[in-house]
Amino acid sequence: MPTEFYRSHILLCNDAECLAKGAQEIEDALVAALDANGLRDEVNVLETSRLGHCATGPEMVVYPEGITYIHLTPDAVTEIVNEHLLKGRIVKKYQFTGEARKDEELRAPAAKEMRIIMARCGVIDPDNIEEYIAEDGYAALAKCLTELTPRQVIDTVLKSGLRGRGGAGFPAGKKWEFAADQKTDTKFVICNADEGDPGAFMNRRVLEGDPHAVLEGMLIAGYAIGAHQGYIYCRAEYPIAVRTIRIAIRQAREFGFLGKNILDRGFDFDVELRIGAGAFVCGEETALMASIEGKRGEPRPRPPFPAVAGLWGKPTIINNVETLANIRNIINRGPEWFASIGNEKNKGTKTFTLAGDVVRTGLIEVPLGITLGEVVFDVAGGIKHGKKFKAIQTGGPMGGCIPEQFLETPIDYENLAALGSIMGSGGLVVMDEDTCMVDIARFFMDFTQDESCGKCVPCRIGTRRILEILERICAGEGEESDIERLEQLSKSIVAGSLCGLGQGAPNPVITTLKYFRAEYEAHIKDKKCPAKVCKKLITYRILDTCPGCMVCARNCPSKAITGERQKVHWINPDLCESCGICMSVCKFDAIVVE
Amino acid sequence: MRAKDLRSVPMAPSLQPAEDDPIVVAEQRARIDAIIAAHSKKQGSTMLILNEIQAQIGHVSKPMQNYIADKLHIPLKDVYGIVTFYSFFTMKPRGKHRVAFCLGTACYVSGAEMLIEKTQQILGVKLGDTTPDRKFTIEACRCIGACSQAPAVMVDDNVHGRNTPDKMVAVLRKYEKV
Repeated sequence: MPTEFYRSHILLCNDAECLAKGAQEIEDALVAALDANGLRDEVNVLETSRLGHCATGPEMVVYPEGITYIHLTPDAVTEIVNEHLLKGRIVKKYQFTGEARKDEELRAPAAKEMRIIMARCGVIDPDNIEEYIAEDGYAALAKCLTELTPRQVIDTVLKSGLRGRGGAGFPAGKKWEFAADQKTDTKFVICNADEGDPGAFMNRRVLEGDPHAVLEGMLIAGYAIGAHQGYIYCRAEYPIAVRTIRIAIRQAREFGFLGKNILDRGFDFDVELRIGAGAFVCGEETALMASIEGKRGEPRPRPPFPAVAGLWGKPTIINNVETLANIRNIINRGPEWFASIGNEKNKGTKTFTLAGDVVRTGLIEVPLGITLGEVVFDVAGGIKHGKKFKAIQTGGPMGGCIPEQFLETPIDYENLAALGSIMGSGGLVVMDEDTCMVDIARFFMDFTQDESCGKCVPCRIGTRRILEILERICAGEGEESDIERLEQLSKSIVAGSLCGLGQGAPNPVITTLKYFRAEYEAHIKDKKCPAKVCKKLITYRILDTCPGCMVCARNCPSKAITGERQKVHWINPDLCESCGICMSVCKFDAIVVE
Repeated sequence: MRAKDLRSVPMAPSLQPAEDDPIVVAEQRARIDAIIAAHSKKQGSTMLILNEIQAQIGHVSKPMQNYIADKLHIPLKDVYGIVTFYSFFTMKPRGKHRVAFCLGTACYVSGAEMLIEKTQQILGVKLGDTTPDRKFTIEACRCIGACSQAPAVMVDDNVHGRNTPDKMVAVLRKYEKV
């Protein structure tokens, strides 16, 4: 849609977080207000992903003025339409007046973050290919098809030092080289968008905000290895990403970037979207291929590697969303530019999602090699509520928990591995002093034992046994020999499993045992949970300051709280299930946990 | 036994469709047939078909699996194997609204379990079950990627963030009427 036809453009944030805060209602109210004022043809409303102030709730930007409005409600939107759009007066009370939007997205201090992959997310309309093209979109593809041979493309990627962003960090160019060397007509390119790690959502954001960058990466990969068909395997938990990809594929076909004889260079390539069905293990490449083939997503032994015999037995390269999104920049700006970012063995930037007990959660993009401490304290603003840092968990359920003494460690593939963790796809969960590390290990084990596909016995049964032991420890029934048993089991699972899930599953246990052994011992020997988390080891008590408002009694699911109005209440320890709801609803801080 | 003789073998009881099974209800059966026809020629069609049927019909019962296997000329065990492997497929009909509690790390740490307890108390059913009036099905789900909104709950396709046990009551009330 040519820009001059509209007087104003409104970018409305429509990502999962703003939707959670009612972005849909806002949009309905906005459209209704525009209709009521007859402005529908003059104002263009665009849904975009993340605009950068997600913590401040539904938000929108009005162009050409570039005014950001936050804390939106349906009433606020109506007011903004009446005042700003109709009368040209900015509504100050909803205006975001902090730092300029760009700086806000880069988060303070700006110097430590670097947005390359995320540069267009929230800036362009993901559902409009023309906006992507205006940002040099598909220029890298054109350059490859007209100026570079497939071999030169691979050499460029090799030279850039780009490593797979899916977790293992295998050099992307090497993978492409292997597949290109296979002499066969049918090859495949797969984009792994099955981002299953709890706490990780960077790939979702890229797909929702800049889907064409991923398609362009796939096209270039296809050209480099001689493939004509690509698949995007996206998880079913991401309905908005699925919708965006569908639109992007359709538009790329309309514009002739997908299909036959692309850019008149005789190159054919098309992409199909396949959707998962809720199986974490499908993020593993061989399991993912089985799933696309329409089978149970069970991994198989490697070799043969997918680059030799992959999807339907044909040479296949599987790259993560972020890996593919990097390709256009490497081609456009040159491998030397890319290699100038990061440290010796780890080039470029990496997106991470910060979750847990830090001041600023959300998405960040930093050059590889930045230290853990810089991310936690400089980029994320430190721990919430002035509490103490306890551990940072990297790499999702296959990663490990890293304690305070290693905060100086650079974030890269080698250094994280040396600490017993992994880079993974980029989830970072920061935990404060109120987190019980045994409980965290139990949480991840619960996840992996549930998601184990069941093919390898050590993973299927071993994770189950570890979980049982951890549950026992958390319940105060641990035995002294349990720690040794956990170590033994962990070793066997790592040694006897086929895929990354099994090989990494014990990592949370191994690292917490290594760095937080005293907590295990407190649970086992003293039957105490130092962080006051494990339900069976804590009791809730109502203090004498209780004013008797009855809120806790009403909310208690096990009806364990008795007491009359305006008199101190009492928790019956026999009925109490230590769920903590009473403490969370008490407005007088009259309930304590011991 | 030859193929012809196999037809005389009685069908296992669990494969006998109930009266309200989608393959018996004409309108739903037509939808199932349309889905199969649209995808059966593609490579790896089983997953595509099951995904569509789960989305449109709401569940994949055993008789439905048998029907699909028949149409695709593949063994029933392949269909059953897929349905039981992936957590998105259900064999029982769900309630009108699916309330899914995100149990990703961030949500877990910020008290998703309290929300589950409260909801179980309100609706009187356990996690994984459907209320007798078929209004709600409550489930736990994997990370939905709304981590800075933790603890998050997904009702149908809508994400509700920063929940407290108190807020849960309001959220459920909103859907009860619809």
